[in-house]
Amino acid sequence: MSDPKIDGFELKPGFRGMASDTGSDQTMFKGVHWGKAMMWIFLLSDTFVFSCFLIAYMKGRGSTPVEWPNPSEVFALEAFGVPVPLLLIALMTFVLITSSGTMALAVKYGYEKNRKMCGWLVLATAIGGLTFVGMQAYEWSKLIHEGVRPWENPFGAAQFGSFFFMITGFHGTHVSIGVIFLFIYAYKVFAGHYENGGKRGWFTTMKGDYVEIEILGLYWHFVDLVWVFIFAFFYLW
Amino acid sequence: MDDTNQINEKDKKPEESTHKIGIYLWIWGLLFVLSFFSYMVDWYQFQGMLRWSLILFFMFAKAGLIMAFFMHLFWERYALVNVLLWPMTAIACFVFLMAAEFEYTLFSRMFYFFVGGGV
Repeated sequence: MSDPKIDGFELKPGFRGMASDTGSDQTMFKGVHWGKAMMWIFLLSDTFVFSCFLIAYMKGRGSTPVEWPNPSEVFALEAFGVPVPLLLIALMTFVLITSSGTMALAVKYGYEKNRKMCGWLVLATAIGGLTFVGMQAYEWSKLIHEGVRPWENPFGAAQFGSFFFMITGFHGTHVSIGVIFLFIYAYKVFAGHYENGGKRGWFTTMKGDYVEIEILGLYWHFVDLVWVFIFAFFYLW
Repeated sequence: MDDTNQINEKDKKPEESTHKIGIYLWIWGLLFVLSFFSYMVDWYQFQGMLRWSLILFFMFAKAGLIMAFFMHLFWERYALVNVLLWPMTAIACFVFLMAAEFEYTLFSRMFYFFVGGGV
């Protein structure tokens, strides 16, 4: 898998290998699956989108003279009659990291051609993602019932709602799309589309390969990565 | 069909190198521990510089672990790593620019809303 030593394209480690990879004619990232390189480029652009949202949030929050709502009170949840700060958010983080771990193992078993394990782990990842989206739907409806709107909220600065719905909504959309793809890929793995030289790819006439599970994994880990930043900046800061 | 794909067809050997399961379980465990600690930052209501530096430390540690090991960047070819990581400096620049900007916006709001702007 991801290793500079791909058959026919042995590269020296470090900048020397990088120079021979980028400096020569023909293609860059020699030997890397085209889908993987493209997924990385997409993720880079997505990083910029999420960065812009978070930077806008930083500027919005920093430039208002009105007090910002205290996230550990706004997102507190009653458990056994006691308000626990950020309880739901902590659970969501737990669920997303769990699904990230199962995805990493799915990629590993995929490369080992272990069809059953790979399939079950992709399915477990999908269910984890679905749980996350469900909890987020609960969080949204709870806040909407409490009167949080994009233009006003009862807790403090009016900008809070617009940033909250924009950022978590965009992240939730990513998770939802990921869940759909995870279910499709779980089916494809179980159906053996990547067995025996690969029967069927996805969105392509080319043959499928377990590298597609790694590409899916990149997307899913990215979703988890974005949540790490949202958790830090929006919920903890 | 370019040569990139031909290589991948040839690459399908069952003994293809994969990483040991231990490394994934370690990283997985570390992510849980780091998340727990960052939750504790809020639980114990640390404030001020201590809070912010702890949040940032745990955030970057988690992000680094996910990118390096779950997304395989640690083992990835250098060309890809550099293409991915250098653009992040542009984001860092943008953060600094907007941080200066919100300070100024806040200052002018305070000045004109509350002081009235009159000299």
